[in-house]
Amino acid sequence: MKFAHLMRANLFRKKTRLVLTISSFAIALLLFGFLAVIRMAFSGGVDLAGADRLVIINRTSIIQPLPLAYRDKMLRIPGVKDVTHFNWFGGVYKDPKNFFGQFAIDVANQRQMFPEFKVPEDQWQNFVKDRTGAIAGAATAKRFGWKIGDRIPIQGTFLPGTWEFTLDGIYHANRSGDDETQFWFQWDYFEEKVPDRYKGMIGWYYVKVTNPDDSVKVAKAIDNEFSNSAYETHTDTEKAFAAGWVKQFGNIEFLILVIGTVVFFTLLLITGNTMAIAVRERTAELAVLKAVGFSDRFVLVFVLAESLLVAFVGGAIGLGLAKLLTLGGDPTGGFLQIFHMPVSVVPWGLGAALAVGIASGILPAISAMRLRVVDALRRV
Amino acid sequence: MVRVDGRGMSSSLISARGLDKKYQRGGEEIHVLQGLNLDVEKGEFIAFMGPSGSGKTTLLNLLGGLDVPSDGTVTVAGDEITHMSRSNLTAWRARHVGFVFQMYNLIPVLTAYQNVELPLLLTKLSKAERKEHVETALNVVGLADRMHHYPRQLSGGQEQRVAIARAIVSDPTFLLCDEPTGDLDRRSADEIMDLIQQLVKGHGKTVLMVTHDPVVAQRADTTLYLEKGALVGTARGEEVGAGGFR
Repeated sequence: MKFAHLMRANLFRKKTRLVLTISSFAIALLLFGFLAVIRMAFSGGVDLAGADRLVIINRTSIIQPLPLAYRDKMLRIPGVKDVTHFNWFGGVYKDPKNFFGQFAIDVANQRQMFPEFKVPEDQWQNFVKDRTGAIAGAATAKRFGWKIGDRIPIQGTFLPGTWEFTLDGIYHANRSGDDETQFWFQWDYFEEKVPDRYKGMIGWYYVKVTNPDDSVKVAKAIDNEFSNSAYETHTDTEKAFAAGWVKQFGNIEFLILVIGTVVFFTLLLITGNTMAIAVRERTAELAVLKAVGFSDRFVLVFVLAESLLVAFVGGAIGLGLAKLLTLGGDPTGGFLQIFHMPVSVVPWGLGAALAVGIASGILPAISAMRLRVVDALRRV
Repeated sequence: MVRVDGRGMSSSLISARGLDKKYQRGGEEIHVLQGLNLDVEKGEFIAFMGPSGSGKTTLLNLLGGLDVPSDGTVTVAGDEITHMSRSNLTAWRARHVGFVFQMYNLIPVLTAYQNVELPLLLTKLSKAERKEHVETALNVVGLADRMHHYPRQLSGGQEQRVAIARAIVSDPTFLLCDEPTGDLDRRSADEIMDLIQQLVKGHGKTVLMVTHDPVVAQRADTTLYLEKGALVGTARGEEVGAGGFR
């Protein structure tokens, strides 16, 4: 590219300004990357939710239980393929800050319901046979340095006593972003140890439907089945349930959108001003280029390309840093379980950076394009 | 030989007929050039003198296709440039005109070599061919040993010589020099004028130059005197110094 040295020379004309402008882009895109990670942390579950799964909770609240007897009734509803259930345990491992979700699960149906979580067959069989056995997500096992066979004591909170588990297996997720922090143990063990008032009750159900297109119909049928009972249900698709869960924290999407818009608008003002100054400083040089035969269009593209190159380099640095700084995973000790920067953020981020690059460069570029040699040289 | 009576031969290299240029400034119309005629033959060295505001630079801009007249025509080597589109005019300038400015107007972040190479970037010449042309041009102006210096590392006279190399590197039809010695001391000015004369006499270049300096103007074959937008006098060579405009 025979014009490359011309562009390089112009870019490096004021090195401090170049570094500062690239840094502006880098910082904005670093923030963009972080915001994307936070958005993913809150709403990633929504994107990853199974299209063929329903979540059934007590109509009053998720913390109110449902009878175990509902399972067989649900299985009789047309369109229901499988049912499994969960109970929240909420115990403490050594220290309350060591938070991770612990669930009593229905061993018989767990794997069919959540095929995305993979447990080696031998580990799973050991778990099934071991009444006090447990399966931990790979992230949690890594976090606490657990190995298969370790004894894991967990102090109950709303349930009394210290519960001892044996780690029989470690599950891995086969999709990036899936939750690898859960801790599962047998519902039978849970049922055996809980006080009488909790017996025969579960926290919430998952239902797998035969045809995802019938999800809404099946959900309605389930709620109708248990209407006017002591334990009315509220059924949602897993996606809607995850979205509702996120909404409890406020309108995260809107908040991120507002912060992102403010950041990019500020960036636009800064870089627009910088580009305008950079072009104004070179009025005579641009005039000379035109005098010796460089076309108006060349000058337009030349100025815009400079702006785009700065935006691209700054954007790439910012996104690279965001990726690097989030490689360590969840910094909150379990609150933001899906904490990583998805690859899809890169084209969006670079696209946003280039859009700002174009927007900040277009006015100076047009004014450079329209520059009349005679006027420009008279000004110098 | 240069003629200003509008009866030059159709084979003249540069021919201007009835050139008019008006500007609007603050609601007032300024008539910079008034029905000017000019014929320049190939290989001539013409200087323009006259008081500030007499239209010298405007005339140069019109002849070089940097500006368009309000009326009249400019024909160069058979091309009538006054009705060309902006983009055609730009391409025409690249082929036919070499510019030398008073303030040199080199690009400070490029070396002498890169500055001289600029006009060649618009051609289809290979890198090796461009190198050959640039080195030749820098040799002509005597700065081959300074080709990797930046403008800030050169004296004013050297900068102007680089600017002249840039103007001649693409072998244009003619050179336009706007006060080429205006920012130089006498010695440097003499060197630059030696160089321009060498381009005319040794290389057959056609040069049109604006200057305020009679000593510089004496170097031209003919000096034309402008006043209020009209050509009012002519002097040959050293007649300028003797106030010999007719």
